[in-house]
Amino acid sequence: MARPALRQTFLSPLIRENPITLQILGICSALAVTTSLDTALTMSVSLTVVLVLSAAIISMIRRHIPVSIRLILQILIVASLVIVIDQVLQAYFFGISQRLSVFVSLITTNCLVLGRTESFARSNPVIPSVVDAAGNGLGYSLILIVIGTIREVLGKGTLMGQPVLRSVEDGGWFVPLNLMLLAPSAFFLLGLLVWAIRSALPEQVEPPAHTPPRRREAGE
Amino acid sequence: MTELGSLFLRAMFVENMPLTFFLGLCTFLALSRRVEAALGLGVTMMFVLGLTVPLNRLVYDLFLAPGAWGWAGHPEIDLSYLALLAFIGVIAATVQLLEILLQRFVPAIHAAFGSFLPLLTVQCAILAGSLFMVERRYDLAESAVFGFGSGAGFALAVIMLAAIRKRLAYADLPAGLRGLGVAFLLTGMLSLGFSAFAQMVTS
Repeated sequence: MARPALRQTFLSPLIRENPITLQILGICSALAVTTSLDTALTMSVSLTVVLVLSAAIISMIRRHIPVSIRLILQILIVASLVIVIDQVLQAYFFGISQRLSVFVSLITTNCLVLGRTESFARSNPVIPSVVDAAGNGLGYSLILIVIGTIREVLGKGTLMGQPVLRSVEDGGWFVPLNLMLLAPSAFFLLGLLVWAIRSALPEQVEPPAHTPPRRREAGE
Repeated sequence: MTELGSLFLRAMFVENMPLTFFLGLCTFLALSRRVEAALGLGVTMMFVLGLTVPLNRLVYDLFLAPGAWGWAGHPEIDLSYLALLAFIGVIAATVQLLEILLQRFVPAIHAAFGSFLPLLTVQCAILAGSLFMVERRYDLAESAVFGFGSGAGFALAVIMLAAIRKRLAYADLPAGLRGLGVAFLLTGMLSLGFSAFAQMVTS
């Protein structure tokens, strides 16, 4: 494949075809882990690693997978990789893995991983598949990092555990917004982010479900 | 009995899968455009969760838990790290079996709800039900109640969202907000409402 095409495969999922805001893939885990930036980063790295490795493996054996059992096979490959990541996190980053609770294991059923392996890695050679997986992983990470940063800064006044805005308790002026740490704010932020992206890229706007009947102008 | 009842209410309202744990959002958003589809998804979720969570409890206790192989003279074997693979297998098998049985014996139900079944193998909420069950150490009866409760909670949330989205079909929204954007904002408001239930059941 030519180089510009590869670069296109890598760059387009970052914002233009972002897996979360356009393809509606992998939202499940994206919102739960974004109460602080460090969990969001850990989750992004884990997901990107799993996505890239599973795309590589599946695209390597793509000619040998029988069509009828391909889903089971893909899930098994992904689940095995997730178990490895989970054990690594428990061994070296125990605190963070406790806070992520079941969400690392849930990468297995993340629609993003299966979506990309099913729609891209299964029918493309290894290198484009890996590039596509990396691009999608980074697009996912981008959204997680943006939301994680906003929620941690506004919710606790810290970033990666370091104080950024001095809170009232420490003699500063900032009153932490506890709502930012609760579930609803994640939905609101993501909704507003989708709105912002679609205002910048109007071709992503969905057609209206119903068009109102046109009012008849005078003299028509 | 009252404990099981409060566990059911807790799983349905307080710890609602999509609204407080963000689980199963992909299907939640994709299938909430029409109320009929939402109803079908909700009912299917309830049955699959109610079946797979206790089944996985049995599998975990009999084969995977630390010391489960004590009867065979190997109490030192601890296979709990394989839980993820086993759970996915059980869920996939249950879903397949359910689909075949429905198709054979009650084709009417299969025609109405069958198309949602294969989707559920890779549903985060279903797998999460089993993972939560292990993390919180529910016993068999509690697992069944927890499974049904979370399924009912999912059904309630998805039907409510579908009903609201239907009312909004004629609203004049800003172009960028149409579809996905407004669905997120609505889910946020539902979630805000459900957080009021947090005081309802004390743990």
